[in-house]
Amino acid sequence: MNKTHLSWGTTHALGLRAARLPRGLHPVAWWLWALALATAASRTSNPLLLVLIFAVLGFVVTARRTEAPWAKAFHYYLIMALIVIAIRVVFRSVFASGITPEDHILFRLPQLQTPDWYAGIQIGGPVSLEATLSAALDGLRLACLLCCIGAANSLANPKRALKALPGALYELGVAVTVALSVAPQLVESVQRVARARRLRAGRPRGLRAVRAIALPVLHDALDRSLRLAAAMDARGYGRTGTATRASRRLTGTLMLAGMAGLCVGVYGLLDPSVPRPVGLGGLAIGVLLSVAGLATGGRRVARSRYRPDRWQWPELVVAGSGLITAVVLAAGTGYDPAELNPGLYPLSWPTLPPLPTAAILVAATAAFAAPPPPQRQPPTLPAGAHP
Amino acid sequence: MIRFDHVTITYAGAERPALDDIDLSIDEGELCLVVGHTGSGKSTLLNAINGLVPHFTGGTLAGRVTVAGRSTAEDPPREFAELVGVVGQDPVAGFVTDTVEEELAYGMEQLALDPVVMRARVEETLDLLGLADLRERGLHELSGGQQQRVAIGAALTAHPRVLVLDEPTSALDPTSAEDVLATITRLVHDLGITVVLAEHRLERVIPYADRLVVLAGDGTARHGDPATLLAGSTVAPPIVHLGRLAGWTPPPLSVRDARRRAPALRQRLPVTPPTPHRATNSATTASDSTTTDVALAAVGVIVRHGTVVAVRGATIDLRAGQVVALMGRNGSGKSSLLWALQGAGRRAGGTVRTGGLDPAKIKPVEARRLVGLVPQTATDLLYLDSVGAELQQADRDGASAGTARRLLDEIAPGVADTEHPRDLSSGQQLALVLALQLAVTPRVLLLDEPTRGLDYGAKAALVRTLDRLAAQGHAVVVATHDVEFATSAADRVVVMAGGDIVTDGPATTVLTASPTFAPQIAKILAPLPYLTVNQVADALGDKSAAQNVVPPTDSLPAQS
Repeated sequence: MNKTHLSWGTTHALGLRAARLPRGLHPVAWWLWALALATAASRTSNPLLLVLIFAVLGFVVTARRTEAPWAKAFHYYLIMALIVIAIRVVFRSVFASGITPEDHILFRLPQLQTPDWYAGIQIGGPVSLEATLSAALDGLRLACLLCCIGAANSLANPKRALKALPGALYELGVAVTVALSVAPQLVESVQRVARARRLRAGRPRGLRAVRAIALPVLHDALDRSLRLAAAMDARGYGRTGTATRASRRLTGTLMLAGMAGLCVGVYGLLDPSVPRPVGLGGLAIGVLLSVAGLATGGRRVARSRYRPDRWQWPELVVAGSGLITAVVLAAGTGYDPAELNPGLYPLSWPTLPPLPTAAILVAATAAFAAPPPPQRQPPTLPAGAHP
Repeated sequence: MIRFDHVTITYAGAERPALDDIDLSIDEGELCLVVGHTGSGKSTLLNAINGLVPHFTGGTLAGRVTVAGRSTAEDPPREFAELVGVVGQDPVAGFVTDTVEEELAYGMEQLALDPVVMRARVEETLDLLGLADLRERGLHELSGGQQQRVAIGAALTAHPRVLVLDEPTSALDPTSAEDVLATITRLVHDLGITVVLAEHRLERVIPYADRLVVLAGDGTARHGDPATLLAGSTVAPPIVHLGRLAGWTPPPLSVRDARRRAPALRQRLPVTPPTPHRATNSATTASDSTTTDVALAAVGVIVRHGTVVAVRGATIDLRAGQVVALMGRNGSGKSSLLWALQGAGRRAGGTVRTGGLDPAKIKPVEARRLVGLVPQTATDLLYLDSVGAELQQADRDGASAGTARRLLDEIAPGVADTEHPRDLSSGQQLALVLALQLAVTPRVLLLDEPTRGLDYGAKAALVRTLDRLAAQGHAVVVATHDVEFATSAADRVVVMAGGDIVTDGPATTVLTASPTFAPQIAKILAPLPYLTVNQVADALGDKSAAQNVVPPTDSLPAQS
């Protein structure tokens, strides 16, 4: 195993190939890529482009996910996506609205008579092809956003993603990590106690049943968290870093001022009567102060990271490929922006604009740029082979 | 290295101090063993070393505890992290991350060590503890012994000079426990780490200890050379009792020591022991299996959890008046088999008949009248806020009024109605759950790992209870890892491995046949088939010595 802490210059030549060795990609790169695709998806209702994004997501996830439990979550997101589409279509059919005379009527649902004061919403009645299609396309876009998040979750280890938080937010990250590991233990605890209930007669019902399960489980959970806290304390969690009382005050002041600046900025941007420079200026000052606060706050925590994820060229390519897609679909130049949102009147088969299509396909290069995930159990070397 | 300077620790609201004027000094590189009954202050003593007591638990500390010259009064426990490593009873409770490698690095990350140093230390520790193959595995996929080794490794990576272990082997099967203990002794010998260890099962650790601290139970402690201290102690492993009986001074502490002195003793002993290894009513013990009736018959029981086959076709008959010890390594299917026999657990195949019925096919309320099960975490069954309420609930659940109370008084006298079940000692909790389950007089009683966390006294009390139940005609099965307990409690031993029943036979035969499951006395006196000190005492005609070992069984009228 080579020591990977040579200087950047010497590793550069090696680095090109070393960066492609099986490893987990930096979680932030995956999140950037997925969020960029989500941005792209939110810009279009062209079913062909949306389906293409789905295809890219599916392809990259299958190519680069690990064997870890969170990596198996993608198909749950797909199921959820289908449910979203179905719900949208059903609601649109039942609460029919905006049906124009030239619509193609598919079938009629029995119509409910609504009282006068409830006018405007119609329950049941004719279901048109156009309304159904528009609902399905809306649903498809929402489903696509959902699957983008799902892909990020399946590709990046959520706990490693939390590790990328700045030092000042370290405690927050730990709290989430602990909660993530406590949840499955709580489920196990509930199952165990529920099973043990069979052994005791009576099988209380209602409130007493809740008590019979909740009390032992809560007791268990409290016990466990106390022991975890003791273990973490004994292992050095929460050692104070180099921060002094003065620097802690400075952090507090910076964060407060930063938050105030952010509030002023957002308010200024949203309220049209406030001059625009005030809003932008407030936002900029707020961001600056908050970043400074986070930086000084990070000194409060003295800790280092074991095998930190490093940002190498595959990370750049992955994040970049996503960003290209987002930029092309958001800018709308070089092609007819109307092709992104084809109209339903008159009904026609949507076209596949070449530039956005190419941009979405660029995002698929992530599957090749990202290094393959590490093998879970390294294959044993044949006898005689030198490691 | 570690110095207790007239230390008295009192918890808020306690009548007497948990530790009373302890004056103790542990030198560099020593393995110090702390023993004492449950509640005698072992954990308090251990946790005081890095300041968790009183910083974390509360209470007042008088006197001074210093480690390498630093007093715990001045700094919180986290500042002792690079000096004192702590490993608890349940390794899972202390895990912060989710893979082996990250867990090993966690402590070092808190100490802000350089990444290069961290990587090197993780690799060293993986090798030292034999965990290299498991480095990327999830912590929850590991066996108990592996988890405990990871916990030890996680404490070691910070290169502490003191390692504190609170009953590290209490949940492990004999082989994994040996593994962990071997690891600990290796650390003491190779790295010169000072180790402070608490352990109930003395017989496993005593050969390796340099110093013994005996907590008397009233807060005071005696300490010194293990052999000298144990010679006069009632809390001692069977090997010391045997040494006393044979007049060996100082008493031997390891099987090897004893065996080298044993030839003369073996000459004096008859070839077959004059008494059986258990002093139960021989009319009801199943030496002749054809005459006693079958209380529960299971044929070809299969249990699957998803794709994992936990029990593959187990066939077993439980006979009235017989105590069966169910043994086998962690994960061999013992619990799954017990749950399947009770009817509350899954069963994918096979038949179970008891009292002409299949307990899985009838209502749980009726099933528990046929087969009672005390689960591994006995407290799962307790949900009311006083002992009295639990007992009343049990009576309402189908027993006549007062039954549960009477049973509890028989098993563990002196548990008041007003006490909270969670405040009881583990022995008393077990007694309470046993009383609840026995109140409806099931003919078959199954106990899953009841000895976990019990001291010698509580174990002897459990043996007496099981003896009495057997004499009353119950069929009893105890899943246990504790060889010495199985020896004193069981008539018959069933060994499981990988979901199969691999051995099923009389305790004498099974326990003397394999070194893993042999009690100390059997190892020392082999090839003579002696299992307990009592048998040796009887053979030598020395009744007084036997009285010391197992308190006399009280004579309760047998009811049937």
